[in-house]
Amino acid sequence: MQNAIEQGLIFALLALGVFLTYRILNFADLTVDSSFTTGGGTAAILIYNGADPYLATAAGCAAGALAGLITGLLHTKLRIDPLLASILTMLALYSVNLRIMGGPNVGLNLRDGQPVETIFLPLKQAKLMASWQAVGILAAVALALTVVIVWFLATNFGLAAQATGDNPQMAVAGGISTDFTKIVTLMISNGLVGLSGAVYAQFQGFADVGMGIGLILVGLASVIVGNAILGTRYMALAVLGVVVGSVVYRLVLYYAIYWEIAAAGDMRLISAVLVVIALVISQSERLRGWAARISPFRSATIPEPLTAPELRAEPAEGPTPADPTPADPAPARPALVRPAPADPDQGEEG
Amino acid sequence: MLKLVGVSKTFFPGTANERRALRQVALELAEGDFATVIGSNGAGKSTLLNVIAGSLATDGGAIMIDGRDVTKLPANRRAGLLARVFQDPQAGTAPHLTIEQNMSIALTRGRRRGLGPGVGRRRRAEFREQLAVLGLGLENRLKTRVGMLSGGQRQALSLLMASFTRPKLLLLDEHTAALDPARAELVTALTEKVVADSQLTALMVTHNMAQALRVGNRLVMMHEGEIILELCADQKRRTTVADLMDRFTSVKGQMADRSLLS
Repeated sequence: MQNAIEQGLIFALLALGVFLTYRILNFADLTVDSSFTTGGGTAAILIYNGADPYLATAAGCAAGALAGLITGLLHTKLRIDPLLASILTMLALYSVNLRIMGGPNVGLNLRDGQPVETIFLPLKQAKLMASWQAVGILAAVALALTVVIVWFLATNFGLAAQATGDNPQMAVAGGISTDFTKIVTLMISNGLVGLSGAVYAQFQGFADVGMGIGLILVGLASVIVGNAILGTRYMALAVLGVVVGSVVYRLVLYYAIYWEIAAAGDMRLISAVLVVIALVISQSERLRGWAARISPFRSATIPEPLTAPELRAEPAEGPTPADPTPADPAPARPALVRPAPADPDQGEEG
Repeated sequence: MLKLVGVSKTFFPGTANERRALRQVALELAEGDFATVIGSNGAGKSTLLNVIAGSLATDGGAIMIDGRDVTKLPANRRAGLLARVFQDPQAGTAPHLTIEQNMSIALTRGRRRGLGPGVGRRRRAEFREQLAVLGLGLENRLKTRVGMLSGGQRQALSLLMASFTRPKLLLLDEHTAALDPARAELVTALTEKVVADSQLTALMVTHNMAQALRVGNRLVMMHEGEIILELCADQKRRTTVADLMDRFTSVKGQMADRSLLS
């Protein structure tokens, strides 16, 4: 189980990246499927050739950010639809990833009979992998990044990025260069995804050209599950929820396989169905009301009663009719996301 | 403060749907002028505002704001000079952000946005003070998401966000049209108040002739992409809605004759 939690915490970095594009920017970014591998592959090949594992991990993060930059430029400068721009980057990166790694995979366990020095080597040597200590370290990293993201979103630039996704017309009228906020946010997002890939490659002891396939689904499921648990009313809880969602997702996978409810190969299908259900719930007024009632944190979806004396400044022309434009509950974000094509050959690593 | 010289805009040029929305429009507003713009549907009122704001590029002519030629600047880079309230109450605010966060975005309009906190203690105090001006109680709901507000409240907030930073030019695009009469009155009264308090230069599009005559110190009437009538403060005071209607009908007739003859 600790192993599942460790994986959940590593994939939480990816989910945080997906959160930034999907929730904040309202941008269905499928670059993730390849930028994860770009980060993992870059870190792996550098480590294999003797680079410092921490520097190599940082390089993986930077490589992911570069992938995000490409998607951002395709979308903003060449005016390509977000989904298509990210699919183009994703497909093109597959070839790039093969070039980076010099082959379909890079092993990180042994080289010339010596253990390769990864960021996990000290833990491995201390036989602390899949231990609560390892979980604690990874949790600290995930929480630190959560704090950084919450801080970032509350800065002037972060607010501009939020406005870009929330109301582009207002953002432009407010002097925000939405092209710039999109590019930067896509870079941060894919930087996190690349970082996640770099850490995961070292965690599992190899990088593989297919290691990222279908991960957009994992990221989305984590965001949706997490936001369902902790709500989206407070930004800090929404971001923390993404980390929680990623861990919960892994635990569900773990127990589904452990209790032989499902085989490893079924997980893509189950994930896709989960995401579809969550998207349907988030779009249906009635189901949303129902979900809000059973969840203690989701009060954001129920408009609070308007108790403010909003009629105070009304000109004295007798009684005012009831406001015909009632508070609109925050409109559901359009469903931008199509589940990535399920690849039956690609089993989940749960 | 605002100067338009020979500004033209044609939609779908060279096609069967070609529409000349602005024809050689010239307009000048002095500092502190508050002009209302009226005209029938398709007269080019909204196009005029979009062209000034930079949402649409011009085909010809020049636009100057505060002595600066902004003709080629994109909308987001003009935002430091002008602010805008849209017809749709949803358009001017970000629904998932709180009132104070929306105010923060308005406060940093046209400035570089770095990694400083969007809402600090000083800013919060300022926002509270500004919101109190509206008299809607919004100053006690700084952390409410704007999507929770009614249309009237959102429009009042949009107006405040557009004006409290004292832009060189305030553009109001039928900003009371989507509200019920009582709310429209309220927002109109607020508009006059903020424009007067901050001595803003403003351009307000409306389709309500009575409102156009009552509000502001100048009036501009448009028809088929041209300014066909301009009233200064004195003339405006003496003009009635009936006069405007007469004027409009006669000009329309003349133009129809002209197009028949040409």
